[in-house]
Amino acid sequence: MSTEPQSGPGISGDDSLEAAHERNRRIRRLLFGCAAVTVVTTVAIFLVLFDNAASYFFGARISEMLFAGEAVERTVSFVEFFTGTRWAPAHATPAHGVLPIVWGTLAITIGAGLVSIPIGTATALYLSEYASTGTRNKLKPILEVLAGIPTIVYGYFAISFVTPILVDGIATDILNPIGSGLDSISHLAPVLLEPVSAWMLGASVGRYSMLAGIVVVGTMTIPMVSSISEDAMQAVPDDLRNGAYALGATKYQVSTRIVLPAAVSGIFASYILALSRAIGETMAVTLAAGFNPTLTVNPFDEIMTMTAYLVSMARGTSAVGTVEYQSLFAVGLLLFLLTLTMNLLNDRLKQRFQEEYR
Amino acid sequence: MSTKRESNFLADVDLTREKLVNRLFYGTLVVASVFGLVMLVLLIADVLWEATQALSTFDIDIGNFLTGTSSSRAEQAGFGASILASLWLMALTAVLAFFIAVGCAVYLVEYAPENRTTRLIEANLANLAGVPSIVYGLLVLALIVNDAGLGSVILAGAIALALLIVPIIIVATIESIRAVPSSVRDGSYAMGATKWQTIRRVVLPQAMPGILTGTILALARAIGETAPLIMVGTMLHATRYPSGPLSSFSAMPTQIYNWTYQADRMFNGLAALGIVVLLLFLVAMYALAGYLRNRYETDDGSISNV
Amino acid sequence: MSSNTTNERTTGESTSETEGLSDDTIIETDISVGPDSSRTTGRPNTIVSADSLDVYYGDDRALSDVTIEIPEHRVTAMIGPSGCGKSTFLRSINRMNDRIPSAHVDGALSFRGKNVYDEDVDPVALRRKIGQVFQSPNPFPKSIYDNVAYGLRVQGKADDVDLDDAVERALRGAALWDEVKDQLDESGLDLSGGQQQRLCIARAIATDPEVILMDEPTSALDPVAASKIEDLIDELVEKYTVIIVTHNMQQAARISDKTAVFLTGGELVEFDDTARIFENPDDDRVEDYITGKFG
Repeated sequence: MSTEPQSGPGISGDDSLEAAHERNRRIRRLLFGCAAVTVVTTVAIFLVLFDNAASYFFGARISEMLFAGEAVERTVSFVEFFTGTRWAPAHATPAHGVLPIVWGTLAITIGAGLVSIPIGTATALYLSEYASTGTRNKLKPILEVLAGIPTIVYGYFAISFVTPILVDGIATDILNPIGSGLDSISHLAPVLLEPVSAWMLGASVGRYSMLAGIVVVGTMTIPMVSSISEDAMQAVPDDLRNGAYALGATKYQVSTRIVLPAAVSGIFASYILALSRAIGETMAVTLAAGFNPTLTVNPFDEIMTMTAYLVSMARGTSAVGTVEYQSLFAVGLLLFLLTLTMNLLNDRLKQRFQEEYR
Repeated sequence: MSTKRESNFLADVDLTREKLVNRLFYGTLVVASVFGLVMLVLLIADVLWEATQALSTFDIDIGNFLTGTSSSRAEQAGFGASILASLWLMALTAVLAFFIAVGCAVYLVEYAPENRTTRLIEANLANLAGVPSIVYGLLVLALIVNDAGLGSVILAGAIALALLIVPIIIVATIESIRAVPSSVRDGSYAMGATKWQTIRRVVLPQAMPGILTGTILALARAIGETAPLIMVGTMLHATRYPSGPLSSFSAMPTQIYNWTYQADRMFNGLAALGIVVLLLFLVAMYALAGYLRNRYETDDGSISNV
Repeated sequence: MSSNTTNERTTGESTSETEGLSDDTIIETDISVGPDSSRTTGRPNTIVSADSLDVYYGDDRALSDVTIEIPEHRVTAMIGPSGCGKSTFLRSINRMNDRIPSAHVDGALSFRGKNVYDEDVDPVALRRKIGQVFQSPNPFPKSIYDNVAYGLRVQGKADDVDLDDAVERALRGAALWDEVKDQLDESGLDLSGGQQQRLCIARAIATDPEVILMDEPTSALDPVAASKIEDLIDELVEKYTVIIVTHNMQQAARISDKTAVFLTGGELVEFDDTARIFENPDDDRVEDYITGKFG
């Protein structure tokens, strides 16, 4: 037994322990590196999109201008980009107005919201307030399958069923007959009825339509609204429901006057998430709504979304340096900023909801 | 008993209108809830019907379909090269995403101090999860495919898919690690283990089923992703078998896109068959994840019962 | 009813005395037996009665063969150890037990002679006649005003009455008006616990029910806030019938006219005038429970 206090193993640590601590520090740095990758990804998305988008507007990427001394020239003006109403960057007579494809995205997003928000909210209320536990535990995961099906499958569904049977059925079996009925009485109020009946009579659908895009994107975003809203409704304390029921409130009154208001910020967060998903949705919308950039409000017309434009112009390595390649990044940047705004909004709402109910 | 009012106490409460409103409301909710269900059934029925139609109409040889390469002639087109490409993609994506995601999650739960950097990482994760998949494709197209000169190869596609699913795996891993009771950690520390020893030998093994479940579900998301692959510039027609990570390719979803897009009815039929195969892969992955989760939960239950 | 004696309630006096918060004084006042000015005008009517009532949760029997007649315009206390079924009994009066899917009722529970479990009784209608105040205050995340107006609104009475006036009356009735009259638009959640509970009482009386059920209404409150609620109960009973579940025997002795003692197994062991229960119970088990030998 050593009598010298300094030597031998003690609680103050020895060499092997010191090595273990050194190893711990290295691992900590490695793990931090992993975490940093996620931040680097975001930064890279920003920089790469900005860098390449610059070549669309100024003829050279920012990196080329900075490091290779490329001259700045104006190829596409911001005014034309943001206000022009024709989008054909790769056409023989090019046009660079992004509005038609931004409108395409907005039309699909608004339309899909009109489908998924009311249906998803109603489903959430049913699951949370009306359904038995057994029904709820079965129905909720089944509906979530809707969000798990690859979007390319929705694209196929649009081409093989939604467009030729559902949308075409609405046009030829519902709107056209109503239109001809209206036509025969349109003399009663020509200003009002004539345009309506004309539109109804002319309703027909080709291979693609805005309405088909709305139906498939609306359907696939239902579970985002229903599941997340239902979670928010479940988080409303049962005390509140009991208080209202004890006052003689009906289930309808409890649902609409107690549960909905109490869960409102969580419910709105689910709406934002669904809309954000609709903005970025690509394959289903491409195969459902088509490739024709038009500013139209007619749901039976073919339109083009920003994502559909990206898909239609993707050429891999072969297109580098062409205006179509450059335009990809201008549109991609716009898309990214749009969804980023929605995500930040969603974050805000989620935080608010968490503050309300710890 | 003394004087008892015999009149029905309900007499002065008229609920007729409210009952009607209640019933209408309930009916509306049920109809809305059924809508999603109906669409799901229609979608699955449509795909199955088109696939069986294709089989009976076009005399498709299942063996050739499952093993062959695609072709511009519908009669000879197969899905095998795409299946192989998807398997390569999944393997590479899993390797690329898993370690980074688990490393990030371990850092955030076990090491990260309460400071601005940590909050930035966490906020960034939420936003990454909301970035459209097509944007990851654009990033890889510019940075990896063209600037780094890698070309439109499987590895490039795997990088895009890995970036896409890293946030998903991180969230699942964080939940699994947090679910490990602190008493287990304390037990390890009390034995004189260092932090990393505790994490590697105690925390991660116990969290692993949850982490694997999350990873499989994330891969299930990745295997159906089409848009990032198209942006990366993969072939749309899988006319050759991929030979490795640096081979050009068309995965299952891009091949299905190509066949769906064609005007030829037989190609559309092949797309339906391809979708059936893709969905079978998904079912298998969900089943595996569900199996892991169930086993994990049973184990968890037995621990808490002790 | 076996006894025609009702114990003394000197409403005015006891209100002023409780302000001093002296437990002894209050108990003495309340338990002393004798003729009373305010509550001896003849024998009271029965308003709620149970006849061989059993309540089950799944296979577990929570109430067993309960038979009781609860008088109108009196405070009836339900006491007993935890899990004895006293809260279950309370919840079966306004059918809040219907909210628990596994709950199942046998026997009869009558309100004004009508079995509330009859086919033609809608629990919504029933609850409009019978208010409830819960164990922990549960104001809605709405303004004070909207909390009180909620019942009138859902019952469709908001258009028939002067809402402002009704809200003020209810808040005065719950002894809360003076404290909140300048902040009616603020959230009910901003009030203190005791104020929140009185807000919940105001919410219950705003719709003018006939019976108010209270499920341990003071258990989540500090003693000062609790004593204010007790004073309030004393006033409420002039207009309403109060049935209160409490785990606090002193409270039952202070505020109730009649006391029902439930013991484990969901059995109603004894029901009588409060004074008699606390001074000279028939059942030995009740005596043991009251004197703290078990429970």
